[in-house]
Amino acid sequence: MRDKVTTAAEAMAEVQDGALVAFNFWGPGTPLHLMRALQERGVKDLTICTNNYTLRADILREQGAVDAAILLPQTRKIIVAFSGVQQEDSSASVEIARRVQEGTLEIENVSHGLFIERIQAGAMHLGGIYSPIGIGTSLEVGKEKRVINGVEYIFQEPIVPDLGLVNAAKADKFGNLVCHGTARAANPIIAMAARYTIAEVFEVVEPGELDPDAIVVPAAFVDRIVCIPDDDPHSRERRIEQTLHSVKYRLQKMAEAEAEAEAARGGKS
Amino acid sequence: MKEKLTEELVAMRAAKELVPGDYCNLGIGIPLNCAAYAPEGAMIQSENGVLGYGPVHDRESLDENIERVDWDVADAGMRYLEYVPGMSYFDMLTSFAMIRSGRLLSILGGLQVSEKGDAAIHTMSKEDIASKIGGSMDLAWGAKRLIVTMTHCAKDGTPKIVRDLTMPVTVRGRVNLIVTDLAVIEVTSSGLVLKEVAPGWTPEEIQEQTGATLTIVPDVREMEF
Repeated sequence: MRDKVTTAAEAMAEVQDGALVAFNFWGPGTPLHLMRALQERGVKDLTICTNNYTLRADILREQGAVDAAILLPQTRKIIVAFSGVQQEDSSASVEIARRVQEGTLEIENVSHGLFIERIQAGAMHLGGIYSPIGIGTSLEVGKEKRVINGVEYIFQEPIVPDLGLVNAAKADKFGNLVCHGTARAANPIIAMAARYTIAEVFEVVEPGELDPDAIVVPAAFVDRIVCIPDDDPHSRERRIEQTLHSVKYRLQKMAEAEAEAEAARGGKS
Repeated sequence: MKEKLTEELVAMRAAKELVPGDYCNLGIGIPLNCAAYAPEGAMIQSENGVLGYGPVHDRESLDENIERVDWDVADAGMRYLEYVPGMSYFDMLTSFAMIRSGRLLSILGGLQVSEKGDAAIHTMSKEDIASKIGGSMDLAWGAKRLIVTMTHCAKDGTPKIVRDLTMPVTVRGRVNLIVTDLAVIEVTSSGLVLKEVAPGWTPEEIQEQTGATLTIVPDVREMEF
């Protein structure tokens, strides 16, 4: 059995222009180290498929915070369920609006359920699925509809990522992964569906050290393992300061907004 | 001008719909406040992959609790969760199978609800380039019971309960109950039924603030919390 442990740069070397890249972006379990490595790889015309595309404030990004928009210059299409792309404190928000307007960036909206079931369909090599979600909404426009046993469905194509970026708590050298807490999210399904899966982990252990009952992603789905370096802002130790920093920033913003609203109320009365 | 209910009171009234043994997902905004008033034995689910959670770590004092916080355990709104017995973690596919299965109640915020039980939840405008669908379509479609909590009228005074939606649709025909800062309204196959009014308000006053016809039951009650 080969040792799959390598560096992010080496793991990214196989990634080509035009790739469809899927990753989980939902707090715990977000592959921030690999997202940065993909940015450094510099490949173009990417389709980014993620459950959430929320933006970090410019001031936090300057201090090392990572969001999906660090890949924006390399991105031509975004498939996403939830995005917060209208943020005053993020210049990426302005850039996204400008590029959608000029037609160089496409955004495909899905729901969280559609996102995950289309990736699951990709993992199972299905030709597509009929989903009940989106009937009577903007999501049905231009799509085939069908009634099965009295229920209306919309045809949805599977999503097969060329590249899956995955975050997990631990890996053994064969590529078996263990997740912890809500860091599981979309990670196992993305690992199963992607043609090429890179996993970033906080810790690599010897085969035999992981309880087989507890393995969430079996080795066959993982092509490369990258242990997040200790000096990375998103290593297990350093991410706490990043998180606290971002929470404090948000609290401060909320307090400012509250004070402004209060002042506006005071001004009127 | 009569007082409308605070968000906290709306959440308290909505939480009374939960009974021990229920599984429930709470949307952002007013619904999240319901967690504090949910009866013991009702389990809260969050769509990123956790069932059965209770207290949330206070954001203001996170840095004082570094040792106690598990940085891998958060809900969909990025609130770090304290461990409680009976809690489980799972992937997103398991989470949305749960959400679609009719096993959960959904309490969601709302922008507009129609007399047919259609709801606009995720965005006010079809020109919105941000995709704010998130889990709302799945939660609304798959719920055992869909409860929408919202202010009765928008900030400019226009009714949010209407005959037909003018905002982008999140789900068609799925709303069961509307809890607002003025009333509790049930959505039935024959239209909207006013069941309860906020203290001090009359059914006729509620009708004036509503963009669809309400059936007023003879025994309409005052809301309790």
